[in-house]
Amino acid sequence: MKTGKNFPVLYWVVVAVTLALGAVGFYWRLSAGHRMANYGELIVWGLWVATYIFFVGISAGSFVIAALVYVFDIERFRPIAPLALLVSLITLPVGLLNIWVDLGHMERFYELYVRPSLVSIMSVEVWLYTAFLIVLVAIIWLEFFRKAASEEEQRSGRLAVRVLSAIGLVLVILFEGAGGALYGVAAARPAWHGGLFPLLFILSAMVVGTALLAGIYAFFSSERGTERHRQVMVDLGKLMLGLVVMEVLFTFSEYSIAFYGSVPSEIEPLKVILTGPFWYVFWIGQVGLGMVLPIVLLVWSRTREEPLWIGVAGLGVVIATFAMRLNIVIPALALPELEGLINATPSPRITTSYVPSSMEWFVAIGTVGLALALFAIGYSLLPVEPQQEKEVSHG
Amino acid sequence: MPYVPVVSEMENALVRMQEDLKRALEKLPSERRWVMVIDLTKCVACDACTVSCKAEKKTPPGVNYTVVIKEEVGTYPNVREVYLPRPCMQCDNPPCVDVCPVNATWKNEEGIVVIDYDVCIGCRYCMTACPYGARSFDFGEWYTEETPMIAPYETAPTFEYGEERVRRNRRSPIGNVRKCNFCIERLHEGLLPACINDCLGRARYFGDLNDPDSLVSELLRERYSFRLKEDLGTEPKVFYLS
Ligand code: SF4
Ligand code: SF4
Repeated sequence: MKTGKNFPVLYWVVVAVTLALGAVGFYWRLSAGHRMANYGELIVWGLWVATYIFFVGISAGSFVIAALVYVFDIERFRPIAPLALLVSLITLPVGLLNIWVDLGHMERFYELYVRPSLVSIMSVEVWLYTAFLIVLVAIIWLEFFRKAASEEEQRSGRLAVRVLSAIGLVLVILFEGAGGALYGVAAARPAWHGGLFPLLFILSAMVVGTALLAGIYAFFSSERGTERHRQVMVDLGKLMLGLVVMEVLFTFSEYSIAFYGSVPSEIEPLKVILTGPFWYVFWIGQVGLGMVLPIVLLVWSRTREEPLWIGVAGLGVVIATFAMRLNIVIPALALPELEGLINATPSPRITTSYVPSSMEWFVAIGTVGLALALFAIGYSLLPVEPQQEKEVSHG
Repeated sequence: MPYVPVVSEMENALVRMQEDLKRALEKLPSERRWVMVIDLTKCVACDACTVSCKAEKKTPPGVNYTVVIKEEVGTYPNVREVYLPRPCMQCDNPPCVDVCPVNATWKNEEGIVVIDYDVCIGCRYCMTACPYGARSFDFGEWYTEETPMIAPYETAPTFEYGEERVRRNRRSPIGNVRKCNFCIERLHEGLLPACINDCLGRARYFGDLNDPDSLVSELLRERYSFRLKEDLGTEPKVFYLS
């Protein structure tokens, strides 16, 4: 059976364990509310918010790859376009699950639809996600399920996919840009405030989308070993290299400008990132796995044409992006708005340190497990493998 | 020598503010401009305001509508302590309002930034937007959690916004963001905010800035005042005298 071949027993063991942890975490969340969470009055957002922007970024980024094919006819990525759609479809709802459990009143999420504020980036985001999901489901239906009876119908189907993908592309750029703006507009948080965030979000979504697809395609495709597989991997590698280099530039410009300006409220959070107790999230995660490793693997002539190494580079970048998400959300909040505020009325919730609680970890890990499970199911149910795809006429 | 407001001999500041309040309530809500004035030269950092607010609003651990920030400045032997009470500033341009995705928080016609507990989804975006750390999230905790019984003072109803609410299970205001509302429910009953009543050093004043005869107007006319983070343009309605 195909599933068995692509997804070894170990994969299912991981899925089972992570889902079990997730079930425990979810039960705790539902029974104890937020009491078992470790975010507090100062660091108000934690692991779940980081996990949410991580997954949503993947959804946007992998959709961009699909759009390259469906909108811009970049044929070299056609073999992975269906895969990209599947990844996009799974990661968006899974990301939203993380932000849903983060709400103080989960049962009121419908308020976002019935009384949205048009000036709040958060509600605009929710509407953009919803619109995108509808578009994405329509594309997937047209691509995977619709049986065209005639040449004519096939053509109109392709046109519809093209138009919908173009709309989808605009939507993902908007929601990633808005995702960055959600932080960028926060004038009260100097480390977030600024115009770079929306661009950074769009870029890092593309980086992580490309990287995850490279990782999946390298390790799960049943085309492994064929020339076409190698070619797709090499092309993905090149794209990833370019994007990672841009991310290096962005990161450098963000940090160097803040340090040059040396306004304490701006550099304190950065200092926490670089030399605080979680320095390794930046140095090993973001720099090591997200910059050094992929650049070495994708530049060195011995590895840059090897699908396996390109896949390793991709997985490194995926982990690094998660590290980056943590560093975006948490350290900027660790700076009290007014000096001395945290000692005014001591409370364990009013603190500048934050380590996620087991409930938070379990829920986040559970959502990863859910993504893995949905992926395996989607992979076996949908014709994402290139050879099963209907022949596409190259125009 | 700090300026002592002109009050007739028979009158003290509390009585005078009470009179000011009565006059303000006779006006249309939109014509009132509630402000708080805090005299830093008189604050002794006793935290009576913090405690009176706790008692009035029955706020749980971690949820503090008003706090007194205490800081040491200088090095030994030239050390001095400075105290800064910090309620919600009821900003005229409140950055916490626009970010709310469901319009659960807004500046009402009296200029007080209020929260509708029945709508707030608890996303905490407003907390990231407030430059004064004035908002808290109600995690559903209790001071007497690990004792045989949650103390009655914690389960007594609050009358915030004039609604009788008991914190229980996960009902609002648990799971909501909460903040100082200048005790709007007391104002409408003709009472001063709790922290004003109970300030030991008589450092806190409250009233209608649109009334030139009010004590707060007089203080702000006669004394040098400043507001926190004025450069942000939030236009706080809490003034500090120094
Ligand atoms: S002090 Fe904070 S919570 Fe109060 S009105 Fe201003 S921004 Fe909003
Ligand atoms: S926590 Fe409540 S009041 Fe604050 S932004 Fe979210 S929904 Fe609005």
